[in-house]
Amino acid sequence: MAQTLSIRVNGQLRSVAADPDTPLLYVLTNDLDLKGPQFGCGLAQCGSCSVLADGVEIRSCVTPVGSIRGKVITTLEGLPALYAHQKGLKESPALHPLQQAFLELQAAHCGACYSGMTIKASELLAKNPRPSETDIRQHMNGHLCRCGTYQRIMQGIELAASRMEKPA
Amino acid sequence: MSLELSRRELLKSGGALIVGFSFAGVAPTCARSEAAGPPDPMEVDSWIAIHADNTATVYFGKCEMGQGNTTGLLQIAAEELDLDMGQVSAVRLDTNVTPDQGATSSSSSIDRGGPPLRIAAAEARQALLQLASVKFGVQKGSLVVEKGVVFIEGSPGRSVTYGELLGDKPFHVKITGTAPVKPHNRYKLVGTRVPRVDLPDKFSGNYVRVQHLREPNMLHGRVVLPKGQRAFGYGARPLAIDESSIKDIGARVVRKGDFVGVVAEREWDAVKAARALKVTWAETPRLSGNGGLYDAMRAAKTADTVVADVGDAAGAFASCAHVASATYRGPYQGHLPFWPNCALAEVGPDGAFIRSATQDIYSSRAQLARVLGLPVEKVRVQYYESSGTFGRSCYEDASQAAALMSQATGRPVRVQFMRWDEHGWDQYGPAHLADVRAGVDTNGRLIAYEYHGWQHGWTVNATIHDLVLGGEPVERAGGSNSITVNPMSTGSMYRIANRRVINHAVPMKGQLRGAALRSPLDLNYCFASEQTIDELAHAAKTDPLEFRRLNIGDERWLGVLNATAEAAHWTPRVAAASLSNADVVTGRGIGLGTHHVSYGAAVAEVEVDKRTGNIVVKRLYGALDAGLAINPALIENQIIGQMVQSTSRVLKEEILFDEHGVTSLDWNSYPVLRFAEHPDVTPVVVQRLDEPSTGAGEEVMGATAAAIANAFFDATGARLRQYPMTPARVKEALSSVRAG
Repeated sequence: MAQTLSIRVNGQLRSVAADPDTPLLYVLTNDLDLKGPQFGCGLAQCGSCSVLADGVEIRSCVTPVGSIRGKVITTLEGLPALYAHQKGLKESPALHPLQQAFLELQAAHCGACYSGMTIKASELLAKNPRPSETDIRQHMNGHLCRCGTYQRIMQGIELAASRMEKPA
Repeated sequence: MSLELSRRELLKSGGALIVGFSFAGVAPTCARSEAAGPPDPMEVDSWIAIHADNTATVYFGKCEMGQGNTTGLLQIAAEELDLDMGQVSAVRLDTNVTPDQGATSSSSSIDRGGPPLRIAAAEARQALLQLASVKFGVQKGSLVVEKGVVFIEGSPGRSVTYGELLGDKPFHVKITGTAPVKPHNRYKLVGTRVPRVDLPDKFSGNYVRVQHLREPNMLHGRVVLPKGQRAFGYGARPLAIDESSIKDIGARVVRKGDFVGVVAEREWDAVKAARALKVTWAETPRLSGNGGLYDAMRAAKTADTVVADVGDAAGAFASCAHVASATYRGPYQGHLPFWPNCALAEVGPDGAFIRSATQDIYSSRAQLARVLGLPVEKVRVQYYESSGTFGRSCYEDASQAAALMSQATGRPVRVQFMRWDEHGWDQYGPAHLADVRAGVDTNGRLIAYEYHGWQHGWTVNATIHDLVLGGEPVERAGGSNSITVNPMSTGSMYRIANRRVINHAVPMKGQLRGAALRSPLDLNYCFASEQTIDELAHAAKTDPLEFRRLNIGDERWLGVLNATAEAAHWTPRVAAASLSNADVVTGRGIGLGTHHVSYGAAVAEVEVDKRTGNIVVKRLYGALDAGLAINPALIENQIIGQMVQSTSRVLKEEILFDEHGVTSLDWNSYPVLRFAEHPDVTPVVVQRLDEPSTGAGEEVMGATAAAIANAFFDATGARLRQYPMTPARVKEALSSVRAG
């Protein structure tokens, strides 16, 4: 049965009417009209639907919305603000340094995997500011790309890491 | 459907026309016309509109799917018009708006989509110069244009902009084909690395995809099909549908012919209902399963055609010093876009409006019209990008399912395929069986070559089309090198006096559904053909690069071969000449291949763990000669994508099926190359300013597959003649070498 649930997404407390067993993904895309997380498999196999819950990457396609009460959810749309918060910046940049690096490196083909990739990479850089190539390969291994853009995504993570280390 | 002024009406009125393609879809972008297209391709107005603010809208018929063709096509138009990239934009593909340039397939956007656009832009420029020449009272020849500003040469004080000359009025000019196009030595934009116009919105998260679309009062739909397709040609007939199985879910069943779907107000209810609905499906004939696949193909009653026949191949084998001969196998593989297909349809009594991720809006419109029972001109299809599709994934099915359910409910319906729908009901790249034989004379010259290939053809209509309309499903089995064995990828790169290529067309009925999968079957052909060539190089005790140089007669094939070898710092030695006893060994290999046109070469460096049977592709080098490279950066990106995808296909990908149906229904049962496994790729674009632009999205894939297979031989001394080159097959190949 649908219930009124309060969830905190991208810095805002949102109220939605949903069955608590509804996967968070469907609430984010249908009720909150967010474009970042998307349905890819519904099985937590591909990383298309990834979001951060209290800074930890989760698969929103298999996470019931009823289970995330009290947690802070961040989608691609909220990453620049999260970065500003983490760095103590007064204003959010237009793009997270990862997004900026991916753009400069023209790192996408279709770009469908990239929201999840960015979420996952932001999780890595928040806890490991200078990851090695092996660190990146292992950390990102649960995220698929069908177009074969892994190489530039890795370079983008390295580029963003090198910039984020410097004081903002 | 919202009514807006049509583009033609706006042009007629001379009023302010707000057109332009915002990938973000922020503005009410493409002016919708109520008249069904396609617009007349012989009118300049069908391709170019000039606005008062001195910008231009460019109309073309090739879909952006992440390959960057929008950027390349805009470069071509801007170049001929003497505009900057910032002054041109494209519109969304729409059967009421954009020209019919056929499917966005076979890497044809620049190759075949570019020339008509270049000609139209050149005609537009001449028409604008004509207006300026009247205004200034000078000959057209004395006018020069920079960024859409027309000057009299030598008098920079007198100028007029395109916008002032024509702003938002139609050209009313026919395309004559006589307008001069720029010689390449005057190119400013073409040939440069213009950044992709679609990427800023893709990275900011503002890009609107078909999955993002919602309409007020919309229902969510899901298809209900057997989990995993059965034998092609026998449909999927529901004998009984137990609607009580979903009585507790807020959803209802929609049925037309043999098509079954569910709709719900809430998306999660549609998902649950599609999963829970109990349907008894009619039995279908048994499939071969993976184990019996290749024997069944060889045993099939085939239609045989000779696709290349030069000299006397059969006779020439008698005079060969060395002959290499073997059978090669490659499985069904899937398109399987990262996001399963999705569509949004609004169908009413007066017509239908379908937003779809189709690669061909006009062909989709024709199928949709048949399924809906509407005349074609009452159906409008708009293209929205989904995720990379690599050929005919299930976009027609998603669109038809949405349209049927909208027609049945009278409400807009959004259909999202589930992962198992997309994996299970794809039109797979067909499996292929090859018998290859080739021979050299005592000087190491290739003198005899024979290739026999078995495969079935492609579906013509979507699954749902056939479920609704019934009748015998249609197979397209001839008439294209993509369906018959491609003579371009089977030895054509070498001077071989006696060469024969034979296609054995296996009937698709009773097999799985087939269709074009990126670089259709070229992986198979090159995997087989280029390993055969490599075996002969080895038999002739020659370095595989040197052997190929000796046998190539065409300077463009030689060009890509040398470019790849140089990038890889290739040093000559005979393959597998010094095999190591270590557990982990390395090797390198080289391969050539193409699709229809263009020239591809690859070098692979691999590592093989003999204990686990695991192959890691460490580095790849790929060269592509696609004639005039409109934007080398786009092609480099395509080379990287092709090589990584080819690595995935040759190492990992195989559709699994048993006698009942397909069992590869997710990413666990159909593994693909993962992040940690990706090779470092070095792309090389061979620029040919004097040659026409040809395809650049598929032509290195075959070469890559071959290079990896040849590198495996170099590392281990064993040949793998079946892919994917899984650990189990690797270990089997290694044990047979040890036993031998």
